[in-house]
Amino acid sequence: MEGHPATFPTTPPRAGIRLPGVGVGVGLGRGMVVLYLSLMVMLPLAAVLDESLSGGLGAFWDSVTGSESMAALKLTVICSLIVVAINAFFGTIIAWVLVRDEFPGKGAVNALIDLPFALPTIVAGLTLLTLYGSDSPIGLDIAFTRVAIVFALCFVTLPFVTRAVQPLLMEMDREMEEAATSLGAGGFTVFRRIIFPNLLPGILAGVLLAFARALGEYGSLILISGNIPFKTEVSSVFIRSQIESGNVSGAAAVSVVLLAISLALLVAVSLFARVGAHGEEPGVLPRIVKRIANRSGGIGG
Amino acid sequence: MTTRTPARWGLRTLAFGYLGLLLLAPVAMIFYKTFEHGLGPPIDAMTSPDALHAIWLTLLMVAVAVPLNTIFGVGCALLLVRHKWKGNAVIDGIINLPFAISPIVIGLSLFLLYGNEGWFGPTLAEWGITVLFSTPGMILASVFVSLPFVVRETVPVLQEIGTEQEQAASTLGANGWQTFWRITLPAIRWGVAYGVVLTTARVLGEFGAVTIVSGSISGQTETLPLFVAKAFEQFNEEAAYAGAIVLALLALTTLLLMSVGGRKAKAQGGPIPITGDAAISTSNAKEDS
Repeated sequence: MEGHPATFPTTPPRAGIRLPGVGVGVGLGRGMVVLYLSLMVMLPLAAVLDESLSGGLGAFWDSVTGSESMAALKLTVICSLIVVAINAFFGTIIAWVLVRDEFPGKGAVNALIDLPFALPTIVAGLTLLTLYGSDSPIGLDIAFTRVAIVFALCFVTLPFVTRAVQPLLMEMDREMEEAATSLGAGGFTVFRRIIFPNLLPGILAGVLLAFARALGEYGSLILISGNIPFKTEVSSVFIRSQIESGNVSGAAAVSVVLLAISLALLVAVSLFARVGAHGEEPGVLPRIVKRIANRSGGIGG
Repeated sequence: MTTRTPARWGLRTLAFGYLGLLLLAPVAMIFYKTFEHGLGPPIDAMTSPDALHAIWLTLLMVAVAVPLNTIFGVGCALLLVRHKWKGNAVIDGIINLPFAISPIVIGLSLFLLYGNEGWFGPTLAEWGITVLFSTPGMILASVFVSLPFVVRETVPVLQEIGTEQEQAASTLGANGWQTFWRITLPAIRWGVAYGVVLTTARVLGEFGAVTIVSGSISGQTETLPLFVAKAFEQFNEEAAYAGAIVLALLALTTLLLMSVGGRKAKAQGGPIPITGDAAISTSNAKEDS
């Protein structure tokens, strides 16, 4: 990778190059891509937007600000905030241990970090229930509480911060730290003044991605949260219950709000990744962000 | 190591403690619970007609959604990277959308299109086609949630390999298809394979979107994740755990393929190393690539 520039412009216009679908084919290919995306993604989303506004803006507002839906939204946002704070702390520590520490089995631990991305969310929820549910062998029963929601969200968002910080930590110049140490700085000062500022963009990118994921999470929560309205009902579960009770436009309205928040977050991540990436390799952070987003299997599950 | 020993042990304890309590212990526990009474009960649970049908249906989702998104993904990546167009930025943005959307919202969106009062539902019903609460709807949901992976994994590899070899092939008289099959595809195959692994994992485990459009009818529209949820809710814990183990084993396989694929794709000059041994090996020897 070192031999290539960090930013990849679109390949320059072909000089006599013939690829599949040149000329007519390119147009046809583009048409098919646009058709596929429209049918699979855009039309369904348009239907949600349309349904949310089917009763006018007033009805939309009422659906979103209804007491149960507001309680669900508040719970979702607060739990997600707690979860990303936990992630920022432990994710950075895990990244540190994986990059700077040496211990047997490091490769296995490193691969294990991706487990929450690979494990189906329903299995994640069930897994937590076996240890922290009513049959808990260690006597810790958190099922159907808000703590359970935080646990489940921590589980599914575990890799984000670690995976965003790891590459930054690897690329960091050790000389700065050594210089600081030789000038008499203690371990904590070095961390606070040198290491932390360098890792901050990665931590923030990981936090934003984890937050977006936590907002939409569903599969890992339904078994463990108990889905009690006003108590442990998050927005995605609320949407589900509204669909089942026939209030589809209410479900659509809350969906649009969730959609708007996570879209704004993703735009923030990509803008921020572009700004936050500095130094001689401007392309690192955006690529890290893209790859983590892909690894994560998107949002929810 | 500049970190002093006590600090290092402190950080180790925190990291391992967190991973152990959140990740390792629960996963070990579910394995223990499943095989508590030997291999018999989980095998019985997984060979019941409903369970077998759920496994079959899950594989069917994979068999349809993965090829569809792979063909689309490679084609779309080629167009995005090799052919400049004003609309590329828009396409790129739309491809990211499934990542930004809660699976429940994806399920709702399909419900609104293909339901009895949906945009297309009534017309399709007249033609005798049911989408909702049957296999087509579940396939649409699976395609939607797993759409971005192959594109996202293929684009960076295509950018990295450049066009020199393709140009050479075409100078030597190869036509478009020959160039694609002989030069481009072999060069990007690990990136594509990696995308396929991620797509498969997502389709296998998808719950939220499929639960809305499937109706979860046992033996008919129930995939393995839905089977697990229903079995648990009906206090059939043995079946729930057994199904979860099958899914967990598939996830572990995915994880293995991810670290192999990630390494191969990296060797090909594609993805940046952020996982598996690829990440480890570069931590101490940055110049190795």
